[in-house]
Amino acid sequence: MSMIISLIVAAVTFGTVLMFGTLGEILTEKSGNLNLGVEGIMYMGGAFGLAGAFYYEKAAGAAASGPVAIILAILCAFAAGALASAIYSFLTISLRTNQNVTGLALSIFGTGVGQFVGEFMRLSEGGYVALGNNLKDAFSARIWPDALVNIPVVGNILFSHTVFFYLAVVLAVAMHFFLGRTRWGLYLRAVGESPSTADAAGISITRYKYLATIAGGGISAIGGMVYIMTTAGCVWNHEGLSGVGWLAVALVIFCMWRPLNAIWGSVIFGAMMIMYLRVSIPFIPTEIYKILPYVVTVIVLIITSMRNSRDKQPPASLGLNYFREER
Amino acid sequence: MDRENYAISMRGITKRFGEVVANDGICLDVRWGEILALLGENGSGKTTLMNMLSGIYQPDEGEIYEDGERIYIQSPRDAYANGIGMIHQHYKLVEVFTAAQNIILGLDDGKMDLRQTNARVKEICDRYGFDIDPTMKVYDMSVSQKQTVEIVKVLYRGAKILILDEPTAVLTPQETVKLFNVLRNMKADGKAIIIITHKLNEVMEVSDRVSVLRKGCYIGTVETAETSPQALTDMMVGHAVTLNIDRPKYDNPQRKFIVEHLTCVDAEGITRLDDVSFTANTGEILGIAGISGSGQKELLEAMTGLYPVKSGSIRFIDDAGEEVELVGKTPMQIRKTGVGMAFVPEDRLGMGLVGSMGMTGNMMLRSWKKGRGALLRKKDPEALANRILDELEVVTPSTDYPVRRLSGGNVQKVLVGREIAIQPAVLLTAYAVRGLDINTSYTIYRLLTEQKMKGVAVVYVGEDLDVLMELCDRILVLCGGAVSGIVDARKAGKDEIGLMMTSTSAKGEAR
Amino acid sequence: MREERTPFIRLAKRGSMDPRKIWLIRVSSIVIALILGFIPILLTGNNPIAAYGVIIDGSLSRPVYIRQTVKIAVPLLGCALAIAPCFKMRFWNIGGEGQITMGAVAATFFALNFAGTVPHVLLLIIMFLAAAIAGGIWAFIPAFFKAKWNTNETLFTLMMNYIAIGIVAWLQGGPWEGRKGSQLIPMFDDAARLPNVLGVHCGWILVLVLVVLMYFYMNKTKQGYEIAVIGDSANTARYAGMNVGWIIMRTMFISGAICGIVGFMTVSGANYTLYSGVANGVGFTSITVAWLSQLNSFAMIFISMMLAVLEKGANTLQTRMSVPASISDIITGILLFAMLSCEFFINYRMILRGKTKKEVEK
Repeated sequence: MSMIISLIVAAVTFGTVLMFGTLGEILTEKSGNLNLGVEGIMYMGGAFGLAGAFYYEKAAGAAASGPVAIILAILCAFAAGALASAIYSFLTISLRTNQNVTGLALSIFGTGVGQFVGEFMRLSEGGYVALGNNLKDAFSARIWPDALVNIPVVGNILFSHTVFFYLAVVLAVAMHFFLGRTRWGLYLRAVGESPSTADAAGISITRYKYLATIAGGGISAIGGMVYIMTTAGCVWNHEGLSGVGWLAVALVIFCMWRPLNAIWGSVIFGAMMIMYLRVSIPFIPTEIYKILPYVVTVIVLIITSMRNSRDKQPPASLGLNYFREER
Repeated sequence: MDRENYAISMRGITKRFGEVVANDGICLDVRWGEILALLGENGSGKTTLMNMLSGIYQPDEGEIYEDGERIYIQSPRDAYANGIGMIHQHYKLVEVFTAAQNIILGLDDGKMDLRQTNARVKEICDRYGFDIDPTMKVYDMSVSQKQTVEIVKVLYRGAKILILDEPTAVLTPQETVKLFNVLRNMKADGKAIIIITHKLNEVMEVSDRVSVLRKGCYIGTVETAETSPQALTDMMVGHAVTLNIDRPKYDNPQRKFIVEHLTCVDAEGITRLDDVSFTANTGEILGIAGISGSGQKELLEAMTGLYPVKSGSIRFIDDAGEEVELVGKTPMQIRKTGVGMAFVPEDRLGMGLVGSMGMTGNMMLRSWKKGRGALLRKKDPEALANRILDELEVVTPSTDYPVRRLSGGNVQKVLVGREIAIQPAVLLTAYAVRGLDINTSYTIYRLLTEQKMKGVAVVYVGEDLDVLMELCDRILVLCGGAVSGIVDARKAGKDEIGLMMTSTSAKGEAR
Repeated sequence: MREERTPFIRLAKRGSMDPRKIWLIRVSSIVIALILGFIPILLTGNNPIAAYGVIIDGSLSRPVYIRQTVKIAVPLLGCALAIAPCFKMRFWNIGGEGQITMGAVAATFFALNFAGTVPHVLLLIIMFLAAAIAGGIWAFIPAFFKAKWNTNETLFTLMMNYIAIGIVAWLQGGPWEGRKGSQLIPMFDDAARLPNVLGVHCGWILVLVLVVLMYFYMNKTKQGYEIAVIGDSANTARYAGMNVGWIIMRTMFISGAICGIVGFMTVSGANYTLYSGVANGVGFTSITVAWLSQLNSFAMIFISMMLAVLEKGANTLQTRMSVPASISDIITGILLFAMLSCEFFINYRMILRGKTKKEVEK
């Protein structure tokens, strides 16, 4: 029993990283932009988030406060991701470059920048870059009172997580509300489904695509920061972060572009990714668990294309650029 | 000034697309509380004109007044702001949204409240006699329901001036009756309504006045009560113009191509061809007339194996007199059975040619499979390209210059030249002179007639009745996917064909 | 009365452009990118000009450096050649990574099990063929679903990458693990290694042959013609009697097979073993190589060498000036952005507000 609980808790920790990455990409893809640069974006988020917290601690010294560091890390990561996506947006939306190729270029660029910043900090600080224990604890602290956490079973599953998990859940719910219940969300979906219809209705395609892609990139980047500051223990670790962005892209498909699905979807994916450390099922090699998320995603992809259900499809104009005068 | 009495007054509107003048100094007025029918054949510029009211295009010249005040419409948003709403022929709806979601798309009046929207939609529906469920998804709707959503969408935005582009083209007679009732209710409510159409019976039934366009020019406006279908036809198609197209007679035509009880249904289950039967003979140009979307495209594509056939038979009679069944064969299989069938499709660059390739590359589209082995043979296509270049006087920098960049006339010369070069027994053409200048058009007529005199069975799908009547030997008239009659082109009158194209009653008589 | 408004910038497709001007735009985009690359170098407190000097010096100044640079360029070029027909067809195969990996797996299988029993050349041929078939099958799977149910190929091929990498990770720690607990597959026997020619494994000859073959395939064969027609318009292809689904599957098989061969060359010529990172991002980078070369085989040689020079040079930069080697990814990224953008200025013209209609029509 306790093993299952600890598995769930660990899955949630890693799932939180994925949830941010996925939510950001859902927002981006809802506008019809397939941003394959998530990997690079999350690298940048991780590196700049760490840098933000690190230099804040350096400046504030012993007076550094946890919440401020967390907010700064979030802001820095978001800004880095937004900047990266702004490049992508400018190229694909304004200059109409191929989305796949541009996304891959952003992936290369972003991982480069992330690595560079990580290394640069290490070199310029002369060795090891890590936060002090104070802040480190702040990033992985539980936010609910012990009384709640100590409730048997439920306490650990529901209340033992970091602030980032709850933030991600709130974000998912907010995005669900935004996409489903607000006018802007509706218009954004219209842009991703049928840009010519949206254009005819007087919706600014360019504005919606830019805003959604940039905000989406920012949100994805927070995921990279969360990984570095929680799982990696506030140390730059590019190896652990590699592949997470692609997993987020897979998760978007698995979630069928629905933010609420991302909550449980990311926990399941998180579980599959860390299961090899904790569970061994006879005859099934542990490494195979790691490919399960991708296999499942492929199956989901195939089934949806075969069933051709109208509600469960990628945004209809995903990956296509829009140019009004194309007649 | 007189234009102050009008809801909308368009003055001297001119619009060009490249070399083509789509609208040439057109004037149009519509009053409040009236239904104006905008009548004209395909390509007469009706939709282009209305697109300038709805903000899709901006006029190159001319002015637009609303209530006597000059307005500028730069975008669909501007059009809505001026109370103008257009229901396009191709509905602009997001399929995965509900009716209500589509209706409020693009509005920015505060918080989104679908319940309130639903109530208002219901109110509009009750007021004008629509029936629609605001929570229904568009992909679950019939064509008529989608149209209703479009109309409600426009009304919801407070449009006072409504433009409907061929609204009845996709409706059943019952649905049409319902739509007309709604239009009359809106008219009674003081709205100005413009309905684009070429169905005369509907014009007579629903409109107050009729404005007629022909070939991009404004012909005139008449009160519906004071006119007749006959008079309108005359205005629409003009007096028979002598084009002086040479029409020699071929002796001893033989049956070459037999279509029997051909029925085709599209992916959405709509019948596109309905029990079509005819024969095409050697040494004859069979014209196919009809308003656009009457099944011309499907007919030709079914004959070439590109469109799925539900039932019926398409047979080719080879030189030995044997009949070859073509239904169920792919284009490649048809070609392999030795049926020499050439096809000049309507979508020249999207179907007949490879836009990014030069003339040589495009010649290969017919011959690329020729010869053994894996290698592509470029010699013959290149020679053919050069021959066509010379014979048809194609203007291009080289035979490798992408055909997409050629002018429309040259593109068509390349396509027709290639199709004729395969020395076909049957030559199918769709809108072979659309968008071409006079000279090129005559070149095409000449080429088709030459083919006919060589004993080829030529099928000419056209939109200009004058041309059809002078070029063809017989004319088959399609209406709503069914044959409404086959007439002798030398004897038939223009008005007769015009009526067969448009009126549903003619269909019954022909059967 | 309202002012007449026109958008500040309008866009129109350009007809054609002077080839010299096109090259001018392309070259200047590279120059601009390299200048933008100054920024990260300046941040590290180094002289950018000197840094570029080191990059060139470290990648091209000595035969041994050149060999290492070529070694980086070979898989890039090979995989770009594989991607080209798919992209020509507008089938977005971003699964090169996985196809390389599966090719490497198949080659490794024979390298590990038959090195002692099969003669050297024969073994290499078997590994080559096995790699081609495995890569081809890996690519064929998404193509099949695309042809049958129009399954999104971009996402499908992407997922296939990580499945392939996961399989290798499993082999590494499981059935093919060398020393227990090492998580490593044993080094290949000499019999399973590609011989060197001029100091680099003979794969470079193979890719250069492939360059010519691919150029020939795309431009001189019926299949190449079919691919080009489908890429332009699937409707035209059907009109011409082509079986579009079959051609998609066939082309993807070929593409995957070439990627598989790249995988074979990497394990047998460079690494002498297999590990999960065998593809090392080549499948992705090569897509940009193929795209920037406008799918022209010969241009790919230049672009892949350029990226290889950056990568190799950046390693030298790290050791000599202690600039992180990841600077190469940054400059590569900037380079890609700039070169992607410049196509916009070649394909579109911008019409600024204020110009009259007449000027526009010209």
